[in-house]
Amino acid sequence: MTGTGNIVARLPFPVAARKELADTQLRANLRRATHTIRDKRLRVVGEVPDWEELRVAGAAIKDDVLARLPELLERFEAAATAAGATVHWARDAAEACTVVTDLVRRSGATEVVKVKSMATQEIGLNEALEAAGIEAVETDLAELIVQLAGDTPSHILVPAIHYNRTQIRDIFDRNGLLSDRARTDDPPALAEAARRHLRAKFLSAKVGISGANFAVADSGTLVVVESEGNGRMCLTLPETLISVVGIEKIVPTFRDLEVFLQLLPRSSTGERMNPYTSLWTGVTPGDGPQTVHIVLVDNGRTDTLADEVGRQALRCIRCSACLNVCPVYERVGGHAYGSVYPGPIGAILSPQMSGGGANRTLPYASTLCGACFDACPVRINIPEVLVHLRQIGKHPPAERAAMRALSWTMRDRRRYAAALRLARRSAAPVRWLAGDRIRHLPWPLSAWTRFRDAPLPAPESFRDWWTRAHG
Amino acid sequence: MPRGYRTGGGDGDLVEVLVDRLVDYKANVRRCAADELGATVAELLSGDSAVVVPAGAPQAWLSAYQGKILRDGEPRPLAVAELDAPGVAVLTGCAVAIAQTGTLILDAGPDQGRRALTLVPDHHVCVVHSGQIAAGVPEALGRLADPTRPLTLVSGPSATSDIELNRVEGVHGPRRLDVIVVL
Repeated sequence: MTGTGNIVARLPFPVAARKELADTQLRANLRRATHTIRDKRLRVVGEVPDWEELRVAGAAIKDDVLARLPELLERFEAAATAAGATVHWARDAAEACTVVTDLVRRSGATEVVKVKSMATQEIGLNEALEAAGIEAVETDLAELIVQLAGDTPSHILVPAIHYNRTQIRDIFDRNGLLSDRARTDDPPALAEAARRHLRAKFLSAKVGISGANFAVADSGTLVVVESEGNGRMCLTLPETLISVVGIEKIVPTFRDLEVFLQLLPRSSTGERMNPYTSLWTGVTPGDGPQTVHIVLVDNGRTDTLADEVGRQALRCIRCSACLNVCPVYERVGGHAYGSVYPGPIGAILSPQMSGGGANRTLPYASTLCGACFDACPVRINIPEVLVHLRQIGKHPPAERAAMRALSWTMRDRRRYAAALRLARRSAAPVRWLAGDRIRHLPWPLSAWTRFRDAPLPAPESFRDWWTRAHG
Repeated sequence: MPRGYRTGGGDGDLVEVLVDRLVDYKANVRRCAADELGATVAELLSGDSAVVVPAGAPQAWLSAYQGKILRDGEPRPLAVAELDAPGVAVLTGCAVAIAQTGTLILDAGPDQGRRALTLVPDHHVCVVHSGQIAAGVPEALGRLADPTRPLTLVSGPSATSDIELNRVEGVHGPRRLDVIVVL
């Protein structure tokens, strides 16, 4: 079943990117942020002598999961149920939202506290809850900033990466989080304001909603990796906990976590370990929520699994290392990608999960430089999938006509040599006028030169030169 | 499954590595001998008005402490408001510590208690015996008695990096983390 919700871009990437490129403040904020994280990441990855072995193991475990996903999901359901949780299944975003909304309604709560989660963003849960008269309070500092600004996240890990401290101060100020004396843009003071704002909500919340970074099939255990402690608050203090989990989050055994708990923190925040990781299995009497629901979401993942090249995108553990090294992401930011999954991983995940639409332009949002593959802790060959998606995708009529003509020419040696001779001869007067490259070609070739220069063919081909010099 | 990565041992003095990593994460670390533990605890808690302890915390930990002691579950579990009161600290042990990452693993054992205890108070003092220190993540997870208990991995005090990627200690969890390594 095709995925729905916030993975579908409303605008094609080139259109959205042009708007973002005009924002110089955004580019400055992004450049500073992505370079800071990638430097930190390189430092802590460098101190792990077995990093490559961990990557290989991480990729192999995830591939094994993808190869026997139905079996592992059933095992997870059985274990989680035995531990006291209730497991629900959702085919797409709308179904997942309905399940969660009904669960919250039944609890009688009109406000829920939320842990930052890509899955709930993907299904558009906050909007669905709001439509049902339930307020969803984001408790991660960055998510809170984005929510208060009425904006959408622009990075998987640091959703407010596109704001600097002054902008954040103004957002807090507009929403009444800062007292008159505390109009500072000092990060500790801003964090303190968020703490005060959220603590009362944590202590009174009846329902917490989270995602999960990993779900252990053997034991029914869920794992949430975080920094601030807002996650622990949501996972521990409310009576009811609802966790929305993508079906690809499964790992077979508890032991497998030893790989991912090493790969994830170093890849994402550039830390040896994130400050807090919580693991829980169903219900524990006297400790934490006594009503626990788990919603397993497909939303296009089964479709993605069906493609033998593209399915490796489902290995993704949402570390966002690929975003921070991507020259395209660094310039346009997350919003240009439209989907909640931006950057290189989004460029291969969103079109596969959503089955096309405006997302068809995403596989072209890349220079194919390969930095994302090098950074990926589970060795997703993102450039390979990008090229694959370009090949199987629909091509514009002009491109198809050009490629057909080119393949006819290149199939025959004489035709090819004649075409090259013709190109060189007709380029000669142009070179005399314009130099070695052309900045503007007439329509329809202007579609190419609008974003790049067109080089002229060399005055002499290699074959001609060889014949002349050595023949 | 290819598992060519490190799964045990490790080089160097585990205590030194753990202390180095904890300090790097802005935790305060004290080293002491077993017979100095009571005095060290009392000193670290001297600025707090009360201390919360799990039901199974050894009496010896608090032998020199003069302030108010709130024992969770005796006679009833403490209310969240009691944990949230100003000046309340919490004292626990841990199940395992990971040297290479500066991580404490709490598994809700008798000397650690339920998860809320180490979450709501603003000051957490954690006792680590040197024999509880594992080199890396695989060895530490392998040492846990029962992985289906609620587990919390703590690496330094609560922190955020969401504002211009500046690390700020203390958002929602305890802002002060003291670790006592008992040699």
